[in-house]
Amino acid sequence: MANEADQNFNTEEAAVDTGINAEAEVYGNTAGNYGQGIAEKRNAYSDSAEYIEPQVENYAREAYEHKFSLTDQQIKDLSKKKISKGELKRQSVLLIISAIFVAYGVLFYYLPLAGWIMAFQNFKLKTGLLHSKFVGFDKFKFMFEFDMFSHALETSGSIFTAFKTWVNNVVFVRTIRNTLGMGILNLVTTFVMAIVFAILLNEVKNKLGKKLVQTISYLPHFLSWIIVCGIVHDSLSSTGIVNDLLRWFHIVDDSYNFFAHPLWFWPIVAFSNVWKETGWNAIIYLAAITAIDPSLYEAAEIDGAGRWGKIRYITLPGITPTIMILLVMNIGNIINAGFEVQYLLGNGLVQDVSQTIDIYVLKWGVGQNDYSLGTAAGIFKSVVAILLIVISNNVAKKMGQESLF
Amino acid sequence: MKTKKDEFALNYGSHGAEQELSAEEKRTLKRLAHKHTRRMDAWGWAFVICNTIFLLIFTIITLYPVINTVAYSFNDGLDAVRGGIYLWPRKFSLESYSKVLNIQGFVVGAKITVLRTLLGTFTSLIANALLAFVISRKRFLFRSSLSLFWVITMYVNGGMIPVMLLFKYLHLTGTFWVYIVPGMISAFNVMVLRTYMEDLPDELEESAQLDGAGYITIFIKIISPLCKPVYATIALFVAVWQWNSWFDAMLYNRMKSEYTTLQYELMKLLNSVMQQSGNANQGDTSSKQVTPVSVRSAATVVTMVPIICVYPFLQRYFVTGLTIGGVKG
Repeated sequence: MANEADQNFNTEEAAVDTGINAEAEVYGNTAGNYGQGIAEKRNAYSDSAEYIEPQVENYAREAYEHKFSLTDQQIKDLSKKKISKGELKRQSVLLIISAIFVAYGVLFYYLPLAGWIMAFQNFKLKTGLLHSKFVGFDKFKFMFEFDMFSHALETSGSIFTAFKTWVNNVVFVRTIRNTLGMGILNLVTTFVMAIVFAILLNEVKNKLGKKLVQTISYLPHFLSWIIVCGIVHDSLSSTGIVNDLLRWFHIVDDSYNFFAHPLWFWPIVAFSNVWKETGWNAIIYLAAITAIDPSLYEAAEIDGAGRWGKIRYITLPGITPTIMILLVMNIGNIINAGFEVQYLLGNGLVQDVSQTIDIYVLKWGVGQNDYSLGTAAGIFKSVVAILLIVISNNVAKKMGQESLF
Repeated sequence: MKTKKDEFALNYGSHGAEQELSAEEKRTLKRLAHKHTRRMDAWGWAFVICNTIFLLIFTIITLYPVINTVAYSFNDGLDAVRGGIYLWPRKFSLESYSKVLNIQGFVVGAKITVLRTLLGTFTSLIANALLAFVISRKRFLFRSSLSLFWVITMYVNGGMIPVMLLFKYLHLTGTFWVYIVPGMISAFNVMVLRTYMEDLPDELEESAQLDGAGYITIFIKIISPLCKPVYATIALFVAVWQWNSWFDAMLYNRMKSEYTTLQYELMKLLNSVMQQSGNANQGDTSSKQVTPVSVRSAATVVTMVPIICVYPFLQRYFVTGLTIGGVKG
């Protein structure tokens, strides 16, 4: 028995060894082929004087560059130095390719930014960007209706009540509330669920079961939002499984219409997100857990730590950097959170809590052809997104965690 | 009295210099470790049971709605309206599928979706890989500025309306190309590819250059063959995105029924029902033409089957892709 274990130990090591060798062989072969090429060339041209000169130059360059190809800092230093004419000539291919990509990027990513001018105009398709009338911040004033706020402040005298009336009465402000509310709710629920799922799945010792559960957990990620919304809708409908269960447990007598009550809308959206993305988001955490040094677990075990102890003091601290960096990356997305679910599941009865900024843009910009208003709302969204990223990045830096930039 | 634990610590120390152990000692260590994991108290058992139940419920919640949809799709249309179908059709019928295939838009949509998935994945992969190759060349003069140029596009964009108007001016609206050209490059995918390419040894490029190979040759003959796994990852990401998108079809090609997509057709079918839920009294549904539940289910199954069949075999690719993109990028 013990012997067998020992053997396993050895074969494992051997497997790692051959893996490395195989890799080395692949690289070695490619390099070897080129080495051979050089040798053949050298034979063919050995008499001609022309051969020697470029070859020597090559070797010199090779030596020169090799010296500097060690660290990033040295590469930076090198790129500051003058690059030889031959290298510049060789790089012309790269230059042409990057010029094409820059042209493409300017056209599809940077040119639309010029369209932000529309937000300060009364833009009409006929007159175009150059000849439309400028109206300053009128569109933003129309969206936010600050007059409403100041008026409410004068009449009620309390900032809190004024703010409440403002949010409840101005469509765009309500839209911001919905976007941020659902964004935060989605972020928190999907994050917590993914981490919990990853940790619990990691505790499963049965390899086949683990693989099966994980494979199933990815499935919803590959379905489109349309399918997911259809499934959520059918599950919650009068003949759906949820109402069947509620009737079966005698919690309700008649089927409950979840989509007619504003209170249920945000939880439904959050659940849809959790259902779709938990397994997918857990992939990164599972990878991070695998990267934790197993000797830490052994040490904890010897110190008498149980399952909870190991999770609490080793697994969780081990994946904290991953959690932080993903959190920073995703906080900027709060403002993007949700367009499709809200658009597909929303209806007239819940529109006060379901409409997000994107739906507002679609409704006014595309539906009513008020391009200026749609652009203004879009600008607001972009600015908030960038602010959120910068703030969360700085907070992460201050806390001594990893950050994006 | 010495406990096993003390003995273990005394004999082997906490530094665990395993290389210096003899085979005999290794065996003892394994046996002890084995005993430690085997011994499980009541809390341990409670944990395992709770964990299993949790994962079981999780799996059921994930899988049940999908199976339920499949069951509905194979059920007789009229019978299905009564509800109460769970894991298996009550009255088997293939009628819903023939109905779905007879919807004109659905057939056209299927063709366009297959075409955009194939062509879009192909062009996008080439473009992303080429750009990543250029950015990952360590000696390239404009390496960092080009990289910054694309990273910015991840965070700043013009928004829906300016982009829509741009497509209108470029005459992309109302064509098939609006699915292919604008989304060809994704900065996130480029960064994943770049990270992978930068990890390849520099000597490969250097020895090829020594042999007189230009950058194009290096890209095609040396870098690309080694990047096959990450290419597969990116191809998968793009293909899934192409297959599942519907918003571009609605925004740019609403009037062009010849360029409709599968997902957009499905959305039209499902949306007719979802908007109905807003009506307070559910008996009111007869007032408007509503697609029967079995036809909707059949359409859903047709749309999701290709992806469900493919993804389990590509697991290792997207796992590596996500790990590179998420942690290192």
